[in-house]
Amino acid sequence: MSILVDKNTKLCVSGITGREGTFHAMNNRRYGTQVVSGVTPGKEGQDVEGVPVFNTFRKAVAETGANTAMVFVPPRFAADSILEAADAGIELIIAITEGIPAHDELRVYNHLKQAHPGTRLVGPNCPGILSPGKANVGIIPAAFFSEGNVGVVSRSGTLTYQIGNELAQKGFGNSTIVGIGGDPVPGTSFIDVLELFEADPETELIVMAGEIGGSAEEEAAEYIAEHVSKPVVAYIAGFTAPPGKTMGHAGAIVSGTSGTAAAKKEALEARGVRVGQSPTEVAEIAADIAGSLAR
Amino acid sequence: MDLLEYQGKQLFARHGVPVPSGKPARTVDEAVAAAEEIGYPCVIKAQVQIGGRGKAGGIKLAGNRDEATEHATNIIGMDIRGFTVHEVWVEAASEIASEYYASIIFDRSAKKPLVMLSTQGGMDIEEVAERDPTAIARLHVDPLLGFQDFHGRRLAFDAGVDADVVRPVGALLRKLYDAFIAEDATLVEVNPLIVTTDRKVAALDAKVTLDENAAFRHPDHAALRYTEGEDPQEAMARERDLTYVKLDGNVGILGNGAGLVMSTLDVVKYAGGEPANFLDAGGGANAEQITSAVEVILSNEKVTAVLFNIFGGITRCDEVARGLIEAFEQIKPQVPFVVRLDGTNDEEGRALLSEADLPNVHTEATMLGAAQKVVELAG
Repeated sequence: MSILVDKNTKLCVSGITGREGTFHAMNNRRYGTQVVSGVTPGKEGQDVEGVPVFNTFRKAVAETGANTAMVFVPPRFAADSILEAADAGIELIIAITEGIPAHDELRVYNHLKQAHPGTRLVGPNCPGILSPGKANVGIIPAAFFSEGNVGVVSRSGTLTYQIGNELAQKGFGNSTIVGIGGDPVPGTSFIDVLELFEADPETELIVMAGEIGGSAEEEAAEYIAEHVSKPVVAYIAGFTAPPGKTMGHAGAIVSGTSGTAAAKKEALEARGVRVGQSPTEVAEIAADIAGSLAR
Repeated sequence: MDLLEYQGKQLFARHGVPVPSGKPARTVDEAVAAAEEIGYPCVIKAQVQIGGRGKAGGIKLAGNRDEATEHATNIIGMDIRGFTVHEVWVEAASEIASEYYASIIFDRSAKKPLVMLSTQGGMDIEEVAERDPTAIARLHVDPLLGFQDFHGRRLAFDAGVDADVVRPVGALLRKLYDAFIAEDATLVEVNPLIVTTDRKVAALDAKVTLDENAAFRHPDHAALRYTEGEDPQEAMARERDLTYVKLDGNVGILGNGAGLVMSTLDVVKYAGGEPANFLDAGGGANAEQITSAVEVILSNEKVTAVLFNIFGGITRCDEVARGLIEAFEQIKPQVPFVVRLDGTNDEEGRALLSEADLPNVHTEATMLGAAQKVVELAG
């Protein structure tokens, strides 16, 4: 088992004819992901290394049975592409695009909730989802991860690789790695992914990597206390970030006294979640917990 | 991107939010000419992106030409908590009966715009919220429906505004919402929103934050960027499309990915060092971008050592190594570098570095080890 993406994933890539879109779609296919189609308006009839391209998501779904979309188009077209995928009945939309206007994200989020409650959006501005040994959708370098029982959910891409690498060195593999993205309005929250990991029999331990800005980690802490029986280890990046400065991710900003790393750590620890001070310490805590689980 | 007060007011005015009439001025002569045109009494307000202008003497009432000259002379060029005043806003003085507060923020938890209204304006709203949370009326707007008239009435009645201004306050909120949406703002705040003695409402201050991701549909926003207050390194990085934030320390930092860079800053701090900057070289950075980033980091004279912390995904470690080698050829850095490369093509990257045998470049196997080494070298 794993969550969200696996052997049954049939991927349609929006922006497959672009340089990045082609590169990562082919990478995902080489990993074993079923990449069944692509969408680029005006390029129907073409193919990208054998993957057929369609003008619309509706047609791509009808002709190829796609159930998952990956959005790789530039920011000004990305919200529209997400809406089109949802309209075509796609259940899981993974938006890699960085730099989508915040108001577009708001409209997309609220529209999906109201009109497409069965559709899940992951991202935008995320590295995607990897279920080692099964499927990779996005830009996560799969070579660093192996199959296992640690579920990882993170707001950041490279930080996830760092933590995954530290875990691998302690002998851990992963059930699924989910990048929820660094934007202010992520389609999928920590809580959504925690719920999936809790229900996934393969996942025995959960690592959650947060960062400054917003209150998603605090909300996750509440949720963990009430609904998650599996051990959770957390990490928060940005203890040294000054207030009022956006640290790379649009969502990573301390506003006044809210959104600080210290407040998030405190909220998590108050709910019994151990928080590592560095990626290395996260892996050490995970090893410690795994050791006690084995006993 | 945060706007100056007067830029915010001009933006409000374009969307029909009532604001007192005024003019910006950059010199004493311009300020006095503006005052003469607007008439007395008028207010001369320092335009800086920091609060507490009034207390610092940056906002003064002028009753005549002499006073306008005196105040403009004092205010232009003055320092307010580290910000030099380059511009003033000269505005018709208002006769204030009541001071309210209004704002629209991007509520990340609810994923909806949150509109707030209070009759306790003119002071720090966070203090009001702490002392008496019921003093602030709040309402989430469905972004797909937009702001309705009843939203305005509900907020006005809930906040307890004077009965005769319920309608105009509601109308002002609606226009404020229009501005919030149309301009892709992530914050609009009016404190105080005033009721004048002749029972008119107006925004007496304006705080606006615009979403830079939406710049492509607002070509006019580029002209609003306040570059005079910008840090030289941050300006240089912005021109080069690098994500850079200046910090106070002496350890220069370059990494790839916002989360990893933030984590690197933290780990350097735990090792006893003080980061000089946040620099995210981004996904898939090539050698040229790395060289360019090194230039930005080293242009900060406080930097005594530099840490490269790369975990390659889309970014290739051999490209990073090439960029660093090129930077050494071009800039000939005088400070030590510590480099940690992991991920895509890490072995090739490390091989390139050892071949180049750059002076004063140390490679480390782990992030923690690299942080400790750079702190030791930074002194």
